[in-house]
Amino acid sequence: MQIIYILWLRQLKRYLRSRSRLIGSLAQPLFFLVALGFGFGPVFSKAGEGNYIQFLVPGIMSMTIIFTSIFSGMEIIWDRQFGFLKETLVAPVPRLNIMVGRTLGGATIATMQGTLVLLLSLIAGFRPVSWGLVPIVILVMFLSSLLFTALGTAIASKLDDMQGFQMIMNFLVMPLFFLSGAIFPLDRTSVLGTIASFDPLSYTVDALRHILTNIHFFTLAWDISILVILMALFLAIGSYFFSKVQI
Amino acid sequence: MSIIEVKNLTKKFGDFIAVKDVSFSVEKGQIFAFLGPNGAGKSTTIKMLTTLLTPTSGELSIDDHDVMKEARDVRHSFGIVFQDPSLDDELTAYENMEIHAVLYGVKKEVRRERIQQLLEFVELWDRKKSLVKEFSGGMKRRLEIARGLLHHPKVLFLDEPTLGLDPQTRNHMWEYLRKLNESEGITVFFTTHYMEEAERIADKIAVIDHGSIVASGGLEDLKKATSTSSLEEAFLKLTGRNIRDEDVSKTDAMRMRHQAWTKK
Repeated sequence: MQIIYILWLRQLKRYLRSRSRLIGSLAQPLFFLVALGFGFGPVFSKAGEGNYIQFLVPGIMSMTIIFTSIFSGMEIIWDRQFGFLKETLVAPVPRLNIMVGRTLGGATIATMQGTLVLLLSLIAGFRPVSWGLVPIVILVMFLSSLLFTALGTAIASKLDDMQGFQMIMNFLVMPLFFLSGAIFPLDRTSVLGTIASFDPLSYTVDALRHILTNIHFFTLAWDISILVILMALFLAIGSYFFSKVQI
Repeated sequence: MSIIEVKNLTKKFGDFIAVKDVSFSVEKGQIFAFLGPNGAGKSTTIKMLTTLLTPTSGELSIDDHDVMKEARDVRHSFGIVFQDPSLDDELTAYENMEIHAVLYGVKKEVRRERIQQLLEFVELWDRKKSLVKEFSGGMKRRLEIARGLLHHPKVLFLDEPTLGLDPQTRNHMWEYLRKLNESEGITVFFTTHYMEEAERIADKIAVIDHGSIVASGGLEDLKKATSTSSLEEAFLKLTGRNIRDEDVSKTDAMRMRHQAWTKK
């Protein structure tokens, strides 16, 4: 327990101390929110879909979560490069504890980021349908954060250098984001709608949008079930790959 | 009584044999120098001894624990200072020590006291709250040594601990280590490229080349066996000056390729 706690704390300390990372990771979602939100807003409402900012904010929160989580998970590559990974790997503790501590740390950071984006979006005019449901929003964010941090850990355990990182960002994270219905409404009859149902992030987007704005594509129970199953699966895969890491 | 026991150790990376049928032992309380040219198999051997790499075949034990089967016990019994830094730069010196203490199950009551003691020992106590990224190379090394000793290991592994350090720091470091060896009876296992260091401090020396041990014994034994007057000469005689070239470029290339895929 202590081991998990100290590694969780380490992730948090690193995050809170790196001011550039903090600002950088908030700037991107805000750009998206402002550019897309105000840019496409008029078109969106002309098409009869309602207020685009209301629609977009859960998507941007999901974007923050997936980017921050996968990045946190992939920090293993940095630790490998700068050597700290070896220190944890020769320690007389089960690798599972190391992996769990790191993953919880990464997920906590991502959830904090998601919450910050939610708060900032209030300035842009976003209004959730009910404040009472915010704890559930945080729960969904944490669940998704765990899922994607574990995914990042799994991938990073298999990668050896930083070059791989860019590739993952471009060929995995970007498509997951763009195909998830985060920035446009899904349509059951279109190909995109079918593809989106295979994208884990779609369920994060849908759950958050459902709770915050009452707009949804799947049902909330379905969203959360899928997220829980995938989280368990990715945690298992991530721990397995991490247990096989050799220096 | 031997504390490190290595029998017929072999490690292959694909077709490339990095360590070939190596056997040696280190006595309790000894200072053991493990020498060899670049790419001879030193680091690979250390990685296997410290549970970071799984051997292809052979037997390894530290403090009567089988390295493969009882990894947890083995990890408790050694401390290591790696060839390249393994500190968390974004944390302070104290925090790095604290994480290590928790990872090794050092009791909360003694943690603070022991950290203070060791940081004072390496003269870093007044910098305990500084981030490690502000430290010089020598300070980082000292911190790593302090950290490696935090859980009172029986064996301390040092993989080229003095690489890139100035003579002052180097001297200081060996002084620390000798003091420790004398007062605590810690077995020290180290690699280095500076022959005069090994000559001055080691009780026993083994020379590895192309993955095999080519000589081992006390300093005098090595000098006698090669009929030379210094370790440097003995080393060059054992590992060769001229014939190595062609051979090495081939294995080196392979090693480089391998490292490009695995290391870091």
